[in-house]
Amino acid sequence: MSNFFGLISEWFESIPRIPLAEWTDTMIAFLTLHLRGTTRAISEVLQTYIVGLQDLLTIIPPLLLILLIVIIAWRVAGKSVALLSALGLLFILNIELWDVTMQTLAMLIIAVFLCVLIGLPLGILAAKNHTVHRIITPILDFMQTLPAFVYLLPAIPFFGLGVVPAVITTLIFAMPPVIRLTNLGIKQVPHDLMELGESFGSTFFQILFRIELPLAKSTIFAGINQCIMLSLSMVVIAAMIGAKGLGGIVWSAIQTLNMGMGFEAGVALVILAIILDRITQSFGR
Amino acid sequence: MESKLIVQHLTKIYGNNTAKAYEMLKQGLPNDEIRKKTKQVVGVRDASFAVNEGECFVIMGLSGSGKSTLLRCINQLIKPTAGKIILDGQNLAILPSKELIEIRRKKIGMVFQRFALLPNRTIVDNVAYGLEVQSMPRDERYKKSLAAIEMVGLKGWEHYYPANLSGGMQQRVGIARALATNPDVLLMDEPFSALDPLIRQDMQDELLEIQKKLHKTIIFITHDLDEALKIGERIALMKDAQIVQIGEPEDILLSPATEYVARFVENVNRSKALTASTVMMKPRSIIHPRTGPRTALHLMEKYGISSLFVTDQQGGLIGYIKPEDAAELINQGIKKLDTIIKDDAPTTNLDTPLSDLLEILAHTKIPVAVIDEQNILKGVLVRGAVIAGLAGERMRFDE
Ligand SMILES: Nc1ncnc2c1ncn2[C@@H]1O[C@H](COP(=O)(O)OP(=O)(O)OP(=O)(O)O)[C@@H](O)[C@H]1O
Ligand SMILES: [Mg+2]
Repeated sequence: MSNFFGLISEWFESIPRIPLAEWTDTMIAFLTLHLRGTTRAISEVLQTYIVGLQDLLTIIPPLLLILLIVIIAWRVAGKSVALLSALGLLFILNIELWDVTMQTLAMLIIAVFLCVLIGLPLGILAAKNHTVHRIITPILDFMQTLPAFVYLLPAIPFFGLGVVPAVITTLIFAMPPVIRLTNLGIKQVPHDLMELGESFGSTFFQILFRIELPLAKSTIFAGINQCIMLSLSMVVIAAMIGAKGLGGIVWSAIQTLNMGMGFEAGVALVILAIILDRITQSFGR
Repeated sequence: MESKLIVQHLTKIYGNNTAKAYEMLKQGLPNDEIRKKTKQVVGVRDASFAVNEGECFVIMGLSGSGKSTLLRCINQLIKPTAGKIILDGQNLAILPSKELIEIRRKKIGMVFQRFALLPNRTIVDNVAYGLEVQSMPRDERYKKSLAAIEMVGLKGWEHYYPANLSGGMQQRVGIARALATNPDVLLMDEPFSALDPLIRQDMQDELLEIQKKLHKTIIFITHDLDEALKIGERIALMKDAQIVQIGEPEDILLSPATEYVARFVENVNRSKALTASTVMMKPRSIIHPRTGPRTALHLMEKYGISSLFVTDQQGGLIGYIKPEDAAELINQGIKKLDTIIKDDAPTTNLDTPLSDLLEILAHTKIPVAVIDEQNILKGVLVRGAVIAGLAGERMRFDE
């Protein structure tokens, strides 16, 4: 018996090590070489938008912007959320973290916008097509479970340092719930409502926009909500490759062991998260 | 009459490899065997029928007999495996999808068992759905939708949401939605099955009222014989994916084509426990020897009946006369009816159960006289009224 296992392990040891790491390196080198032109172009465009939005948000007088956000919160989420937003944002202004918060918000808006722009159609496609669903599901699992640090580094050769690779890694990490919940929301539309659409002579897109998406709305918003929360949780990690904002403050606080500064930035992040969470949650209703 | 819709050799097999199953089906193998051998399910098997313009055609059968499948093959929600669906001379089964969409928009309306209303839309926006997908301007589609809402008696509810309405009202919305596009054909898949019995009867009456005005071609599905008898001008009975009999309600009741149909019919009778006295009509009769042939003929013409019962002064049944005999007497100038009274009138008692009456009715061309123990004429049974009785509609004895 022991002889048998001996043979087996001997045989197993004779198999050479699978060079996954080397393959990955070669692969990334290859991709960098051939895709760099494209990725750098994308990078520049993204950079323009993010910086543009950051500038816009910091140019508007803070009190005016706070008023605007409070009005939006009041319209979509009611009085208490509006009050909460007002207090929270004024506090951020008071502790002089306004500009960095706006940097983070701009990055967040762009990242979430891209997540929806890419994730929503993919979710719809996955709901409509079984093959797409079968291909996408393991990729999503992979995207969500692979530690962010692992793809943080390869993002640099493609997109350089700074806010763009930060947004890209945020995308990878935060997009899966948009895809998953869009897919789920559309699949949950009752069969007879689909039949209704078809029997009255609706086209594919009429069924999509008049029946499926409105009925899947709250599920999709739950996905967007999760996406925002995941993006926020990436803020500090993103700061490691040069995204500034609140994450940058936290990161440098960690490096200099400046606990007070880290805590302030952390609280500002939490405030931002709560406001965004409440507002998007009530969109879904 | 022109056939509006013709269904020819329609077959639907569910599954991913239907070719082999269809071969077996053509060889005449039973559904069960096909399912065991190929794992394919036969939904509809070689169904053929034609529906006339303005007719209400009922498809009836037990659960799983293939009714919904058949209905959905008509507007191609389900693609048939074989066969033709010819609407106004056009075979829908081979129509390109663009034209099919056009047909669905303009010619076919559908009503669903579970109403299928969009919960996020108001009533008027639900009703307007079919017009909306035709890109009709808002004002125009609201105008048409409001007219349809009014027709089903829901005026004033247009800005509520489906959740605010009862089941019966929700199905009215479903019907209004199907009417709003003004289609020629209405497909109704057990539209009233989800409603409780009283509401259900109201809805049936209302459908009949609407139909009197609009004369749509209706394919109506039900698993309820009462409903089929009440609504259907013709009824198709389905069993195990096949149509086993097509006929007018009385054909189905009086001469069931198969054991299956017979049992279906019998169940209805037993459940109702109806007797002759509950379905008979007020007799039209004359008293002998007081009445002469002229009056008798006049009465028969007036009421459009082809035989008239004759009683004595006390109402005891003597027999019946036919109009042509009465006319002959008038020609010959004879004033007394004695010579033409026939005494072989079919009779029955007040408490004869309905199932036996069907037997009697099946073998006679003249109405059946209902008499009591003293031979007094109490009423007459005519086929229509008996059928209606089965369908749960009480005849008024006096009009
Ligand atoms: N999508 C499907 N895939 C496989 N088999 C199906 C499918 N839909 C229906 N069937 C089968 O086809 C047969 C007919 O079903 P159908 O729904 O047409 O019956 P029905 O007469 O409408 O029944 P019910 O009164 O319950 O609505 C059943 O045996 C059913 O199991
Ligand atoms: Mg059905």
